[in-house]
Amino acid sequence: MSDSESGTPGAQSPLSRRSVLKGLAGAAGLAVVPGALLEACSSSKKTASPPSSAAPAATTSAAAAPTSSAAAAASSSAAVAPASSAAAGGGAATGTITFGSNYSDAVPKAAFAAMIGGFTSANPNAKVTINTVDHNTFQNNINNYLQGTPDDLFTWFAGFRMRFFASQGLATPIDDVWDKIGDNFSDAFKSAAKGDDGHYYFVPLYNYPWAVFYRKSVWAAKGYQVPTTWDAFVALQKQMQKDGLVPMAMGQKDGWPALGTFDIINMRLNGFQFHMDLMAHKVTWDDPKVLAVFKQWTEILPYQQAGANGRIWQDAAKTLLNKQAGMYLLGSFVAQQFTAAPDLADLAFFPYPAIDPANAQDAIDAPIDGFMMSKKVKNQAGATALLEYIGTAGAEALYGKTDPSDVAAATNADTSNYNPIQLASAALIKNSKDIAQFLDRDTNPDFADNTVAAMIQSFFNDPGAVASQLKALEGQAKTVFTS
Amino acid sequence: MTAAASVDNLITAAPIARRRTSERKHVGSHIFLLIITVLWTAPLLWAMYTSLRPYGETAKYGYLSLPHHLTFSNFTNAWSQADILHYFWNSVIITLPAVVITLGLASCVAYVLARFSFWFNIPLLIIFVSANLLPPQVIITPLYRIYLTIHVPHFISNNGLLYNSYAGLIIVNTAFQLGFCVFVLSNYMKTIPNEITEAALVDGASVWTRYWKLTLPLCRPALAALATLLTTWIYNDFFWAITLISSGNKRPITSALANLQGQYFTNQNLLAAGALITAVPTLLVYVILQKQFIAGLSLGSSKG
Amino acid sequence: MLSVGDKVVLSLMVFIPLAIVLFFVWFPAIATVFLSFTTWSGIGGLKAIHADGIQNYHQIATNYPPFVPALEHNVLWLVVFIVFATPLGILIAVLLDQKIRGSRIYQSLIFLPVMLSLALIGIIWELMYSNNYGLINSLIGRNGQTNFIDWLGNPKLNIWAVLVEASWRQVGYVMVLYLAGLKAVDPTLREAATVDGATPWQTFWRVVFPVLRPINVIIVVITVIESLRAFDLVYITNGGTNGLELLSVLVTRNILGQQSRIGFGSSLGVVLLVIALVPIITFLVQQLREEKRR
Repeated sequence: MSDSESGTPGAQSPLSRRSVLKGLAGAAGLAVVPGALLEACSSSKKTASPPSSAAPAATTSAAAAPTSSAAAAASSSAAVAPASSAAAGGGAATGTITFGSNYSDAVPKAAFAAMIGGFTSANPNAKVTINTVDHNTFQNNINNYLQGTPDDLFTWFAGFRMRFFASQGLATPIDDVWDKIGDNFSDAFKSAAKGDDGHYYFVPLYNYPWAVFYRKSVWAAKGYQVPTTWDAFVALQKQMQKDGLVPMAMGQKDGWPALGTFDIINMRLNGFQFHMDLMAHKVTWDDPKVLAVFKQWTEILPYQQAGANGRIWQDAAKTLLNKQAGMYLLGSFVAQQFTAAPDLADLAFFPYPAIDPANAQDAIDAPIDGFMMSKKVKNQAGATALLEYIGTAGAEALYGKTDPSDVAAATNADTSNYNPIQLASAALIKNSKDIAQFLDRDTNPDFADNTVAAMIQSFFNDPGAVASQLKALEGQAKTVFTS
Repeated sequence: MTAAASVDNLITAAPIARRRTSERKHVGSHIFLLIITVLWTAPLLWAMYTSLRPYGETAKYGYLSLPHHLTFSNFTNAWSQADILHYFWNSVIITLPAVVITLGLASCVAYVLARFSFWFNIPLLIIFVSANLLPPQVIITPLYRIYLTIHVPHFISNNGLLYNSYAGLIIVNTAFQLGFCVFVLSNYMKTIPNEITEAALVDGASVWTRYWKLTLPLCRPALAALATLLTTWIYNDFFWAITLISSGNKRPITSALANLQGQYFTNQNLLAAGALITAVPTLLVYVILQKQFIAGLSLGSSKG
Repeated sequence: MLSVGDKVVLSLMVFIPLAIVLFFVWFPAIATVFLSFTTWSGIGGLKAIHADGIQNYHQIATNYPPFVPALEHNVLWLVVFIVFATPLGILIAVLLDQKIRGSRIYQSLIFLPVMLSLALIGIIWELMYSNNYGLINSLIGRNGQTNFIDWLGNPKLNIWAVLVEASWRQVGYVMVLYLAGLKAVDPTLREAATVDGATPWQTFWRVVFPVLRPINVIIVVITVIESLRAFDLVYITNGGTNGLELLSVLVTRNILGQQSRIGFGSSLGVVLLVIALVPIITFLVQQLREEKRR
């Protein structure tokens, strides 16, 4: 980012996100805030005059209008109703809508297909073509994908990653969609769905917390207690090691999973605001407070699974599943690896213990995933109808039924089918004061996934050299954040 | 190292054994080659063994264990779950035209280089051959832009662009492989005696006739060898396919397998089966064209 | 002597392939050189590209920690190929050329790795090297939760582990190319040497090897180029990080992603290009000499 640019995404993001995320507490899907109340303070009215692209073409407006009203009707009544054909737009959308998806893993892929199925069965004249690309390739090529021949809609992430494409003119504003679905989301999600220009660009599907996962049966057998302080946490890991367990599973081959550990230690130790300042590079990576994070981490490094740099997170999750590891700090998607019902029922988590009492256990990573409309959308009316459908509680519940590791973003989503993990996730997000998206979503994603990730790998290899590793990291940060 | 030891054997044993039967003479060679062959095939055989065992069994007894059941179910599962037939077809659509076009164009250039002495022969050879030696990463960024800029008729690419089209992959593979083929083919053509074409020249045959009717048929071994190598390289291409194709369902089989990997990363048995299936076409091509493979790969005339 | 029709045919035969190579390979290569003096996020048209002088090169030299390891790994790759893989391939080719029984079976089996797809190679070696279920660790009893040898994760080991994979392919490739060269050697040369009482070893070194000089040069060039082009094995193993950095991977990592650094990646590409030009030029000089001798 250049200096001139840093006024926009870089500098504003922590502030806006902070306010965003405080509000996100209410977004946990527990429907504490009635939708109507939110609408009163909704900022979507500010964008009442939609940009040109939001006006449907004459030929399709007839089709779009009933769709939207149906969706709106459904959304206001869908607090408990599961996805029904009524929620899916009542057969008004037409034509082929193309959808680029990075939900390539088995569980999310099926869940996504189920949700889209709800739309197509209610809209027999519409066809949704899902273009699934494995998520590494999808993310690597996103830039060219959006400038080339993108699909009408695509899966993406909130935060810096979304706002970047919005500001680069690679996404279509969807204020018209939000006119219909606005009631379904809390203010926090609303601001998380907006670009820097104040227009909406994003429909959130779910979010999920990062926390420390464990198997209840293993803990019960050994008599372990959930630690809330650092000392208890260290003592617990020591005990686990004595008991022949790998205290903390870790798979860092792909570079990003351990970023979550950095995030949480930094937020616990230095506080949320410091973390966000670091993400915006207002604080440098060779700051003594960053070094302190790694010193803290070094203390528990002996209890972390050896050979992390050669292991994918799925294999690390397997060691938790097979009761070889005592704990695993990961996003709740770890539950996707617990395919057997008894295993899933045995899975539980706790928030990372407090380090500095001043920060307590206030902040967590809880990234939001959702959808955007590409600039080169072909079937805009159909795509709009589909987004309006996705922004309903019914559709999001349909997704959550197949992928039980996430918390639906819609405030009024049905939680009666939630498993204990989902309920606890929703509660954790609700009770957290500050919510970050994740390191590679809060800062320049390529700097995060290439440079910070590699630095953490070398930290694992040689923890003693962390000071010089951080110096080198800051050297590179300077070139990335000024060029 | 075993290699060094067997070389020593070879050197000392060979003269003594020279006058004896030829197979006894080669005992050292056989031992050495056997060791190498076993080492070289072991990883593949291990993957085959794994792919024939049910996941549950290896999870229970470990991968290094005697088989309780051997089954083809991993293969049938991979076949149906990864929609392999569809991606095979994509690979055929890309590989077959690319190989044919590359060989056609390369033989044209090679013919000119081998049969005429123009001033530009050497610069031409340089342009072609060194293009083949460039690392693909060096050209990818501008190539993206070219692919997004060039508009082509819709019968070539249904989005009107070279980007995300089969035609685009065919072209880039052709452009990149031409150099090697020009080199091999022109060397091969130089070994064909000139008298044949001279006789035709007396009969007033055109350049095209001399190329198409007289020279090409004689190049069959070289074309077969190159076809084998080109099929392998283009079919196995990974880089162009992941960078220039954005639709998952247009991917050739080798890069589409990444999707299978994303879905079933923890089931190595299924993955091994799926990956083994992808090796079948190249192996088939090799077996079919094997007789001409070595004979056709003339890299330079080295006769005396 | 050439008719007008012949001239048209000839120029088409040269021009069409030439246009393809120039436009789709050389033009982008030259554009990369220009991009290497700019900064560009990869988004937007020409206007979004800003000239930046030699800034990118300066950064590579002074402020890019993966660069030196990548350079070292490329050199190591080259050394292993030149010292081990290529000679082994040549040796196998020479042995197979003795018309021994089963030659074709040996040849086919050793050539197998060259034909396998990258996906398959990745899985094959994952099954060999994996910490807990890999064949190697299982055989030597080091596959527990704590005592395993981390072949692909330990940054001191993994480059060697991947070099084994690379050699596995390179040996078969060199073997086949060399075998093709050996088949082209005039058999009477060898017979004459044998009649003179030379051992096979002497025959090879004193008679065959010198005759094969053009082939040897090609093999050396291919070896150098293959070690510079090395990319896929490393990329599929761990994306080319943590001890597996290579120049080609660094180029790729910088030009892919959401906020790519096209200019910086391009300048890394130019470094790679310049290094690649050395063997290319060597080869061409050799080729020119050959042409003149004829």
